Amino acid sequence: MRRFSFRDTPPEGTMAQDNPPKKNNWSWRSQAFRGLIYQVIAITVIAGVVWFLAHNTLTNMRVRGIQSGFDFLGQAAGFDIGESLFPFDSGESYWRAFWVGVTNTLRVAVLGIVLATVLGTLLGVGRFSRNALVRGLCLSYVEFFRNIPVLLQLLMWYVIMTEVLPMSSEAWQIGHFFLSKGGVNYPIPVWQTGQLWAAYGLLPGLLLGWLYRRWAVARFEATGQPRSMVVLPLLIVLLASLAGWALGGAPTEFNFPKRGEFAIENGGALTPEFMAVLLGLTLYTASFIAEVVRGGIASVARGQSEAASALGLNKAQEMRLVMLPQALRVIIPPLTNQYLNLTKNSSLAVAIGYPDVVSIANTALNQTGRAVECIAIVMLVYLTTSLGTALLMNWYNSRSAIKER
Amino acid sequence: MRLTPLKTLAVVAAGLSTLAALPAHAGKTLDGIKARGQVVCGVNTGLAGFGAADSNGKWTGLDVDICRAVAAATLGDAEKVKYVPLNAQQRFTALQSGEVDVLSRNTTFTLTRDASLGLNATAVTYYDGQGFMVPVKSKIKSAKQLKGQTVCVQSGTTTEKNLTDYSKANKLNIKPVVFEKLEAAENAYFTGRCISYTTDASGLASTRNKVAKDPKDHVILPELISKEPLGPMVRRGDDEWFAIVKWTIYGLLEAEEYGITQANVDKLKAESADPVVKRILGVSEDTGKLLGLSKDWMANAIKATGNYGEIFDRNVGPKSPLGLPRGVNNQWNKGGLMYAYPVR
Repeated sequence: MRRFSFRDTPPEGTMAQDNPPKKNNWSWRSQAFRGLIYQVIAITVIAGVVWFLAHNTLTNMRVRGIQSGFDFLGQAAGFDIGESLFPFDSGESYWRAFWVGVTNTLRVAVLGIVLATVLGTLLGVGRFSRNALVRGLCLSYVEFFRNIPVLLQLLMWYVIMTEVLPMSSEAWQIGHFFLSKGGVNYPIPVWQTGQLWAAYGLLPGLLLGWLYRRWAVARFEATGQPRSMVVLPLLIVLLASLAGWALGGAPTEFNFPKRGEFAIENGGALTPEFMAVLLGLTLYTASFIAEVVRGGIASVARGQSEAASALGLNKAQEMRLVMLPQALRVIIPPLTNQYLNLTKNSSLAVAIGYPDVVSIANTALNQTGRAVECIAIVMLVYLTTSLGTALLMNWYNSRSAIKER
Repeated sequence: MRLTPLKTLAVVAAGLSTLAALPAHAGKTLDGIKARGQVVCGVNTGLAGFGAADSNGKWTGLDVDICRAVAAATLGDAEKVKYVPLNAQQRFTALQSGEVDVLSRNTTFTLTRDASLGLNATAVTYYDGQGFMVPVKSKIKSAKQLKGQTVCVQSGTTTEKNLTDYSKANKLNIKPVVFEKLEAAENAYFTGRCISYTTDASGLASTRNKVAKDPKDHVILPELISKEPLGPMVRRGDDEWFAIVKWTIYGLLEAEEYGITQANVDKLKAESADPVVKRILGVSEDTGKLLGLSKDWMANAIKATGNYGEIFDRNVGPKSPLGLPRGVNNQWNKGGLMYAYPVR
């Protein structure tokens, strides 16, 4: 490897500080010098183009009397947003409105990634099933969902939900759950201090569960006796938080949805827009993840599977303990791509009325006329989200990669 | 010639400076139109009565007729219009960037749009107000009954803000469901996702008439919650073109006032003794010259589209499919708000 330097590189094996500094070789003959010139030119051209575009845009806008700048972000937004994770009032600033949009985007993206990963992994593993029906179903699923444009799928789910489901006034009722064109309405617990005790119980529960699991793993490795390493620790955590909840007075008060004059009132609600976006993105991306998982498993040498059988592992253990861990290092990089795609595809939600960041930016753009600024904000949001996801996945990748010594 | 890096840089720099030297402005709009032989007009993607293409690709509507009148006044031929269908979000960018010469797309004049978008509002062609449409079977009789309800609305319009203001002022807590496309918002209402659909009352009438399975199943509530003066907008910085569009509209209005119609325009041009009529039709004074147009600019426009009253009746009036009453859009001397500056 050559390191970049003004000077001609010293011969192999000599230490730089042993030699007196050589005179800089400012000549076309020096490869290092030419290299530097090329880089200066490249950077100048790029900077020039960027400057030209920015300057020209600003000049044109000024000439045409179009106001620009980000000062509008502090002004009152003046429009309502259909759904948000926290209360939003139209009197609050554009900043806040954008933040609602960002959280709505993240809400769909994070949930979508989790669900698509679970579903995709199951489908991918299903492709190796010994049952022909399961194999065929998984194959048909993948081929169906990955070959239809995702926008069409979103519209399809949305139309199904708004056409097939009954009006809010005639909502289907199952217990305290309602299903209608207005979405799903469900009971939510009324917040009381007693519920805080459940969180207090959770902490010692987590500690106990972790200690038990450590002990179980150590026992297993020492004696070979299999012990419950997943179910029992989870049970410990659950019991501990239940105990905390009971100590706090076991509050059971719920806010139940009920039929109003035109719509279902009270309780929590998932809108059909949110459900259609989540469903569409999950099912679409799962088909790609299934292929990624299948490819990863197929890349593990056949001998590994045979060796696992020889050790007496059953099919499930073989997949969980031998195949998947080895497949993971092949799976993670393309999986990251799918996560990024899902996040970016969530911008299509605007087509079916889900108030994601693009939808909010559209409205803000039209209220204020600051097109360049609003588009820049949207780009920045997706760039940040995507880079963050990639960073996290790269870190996980480096952890799960084979350590070669 | 062998390109050394330095020469390459020089060439690139020269290229860049040429680009930078390009004028930021496209020059006079009218010159461009004459050279092109066409007025490029931004219209709605499909709002029956205002701007919509029929199955043969022929554009009709009140906004479209304004474009035709402008083309007739400037080029002497109402057919020389290129229609660019624009959705609510694209429209201002399209006008700012010079993609269209005039935006005639049921656009509300507001301070923000007039003062900060680099655009100019010409003259009002339709006084409107925002209303609500609900299904008859919902038995809702007043917008005040929409408490806590979902209302479908198209994004990129003044509508969203009006809805919020109204909801706040009356403590209604209305939940908007915002769609990018007009068709999507309409569809969401008709499938029952929202109890109500809101936009300008004229738009509601158009949607009810064109999209609803049976228009009688839907009712427009009596409350109008905003003022929506609609009309064409042009780019800033070209006062001559601004004046041409504005005065074409005033000319159409004044033609109605003085009884000049599509049918009698030729006859009046030849025979009329009324000095105002003679002036409008360019028989006595040459008003066209002041605008940079031909002497018979207004006669051409009226011949092509008829006066404002005829345009209104043909596209949206009581006898058209939309069946909108003339109401505030009547002439000032008949109890309406239409009061044209005098063409003289």
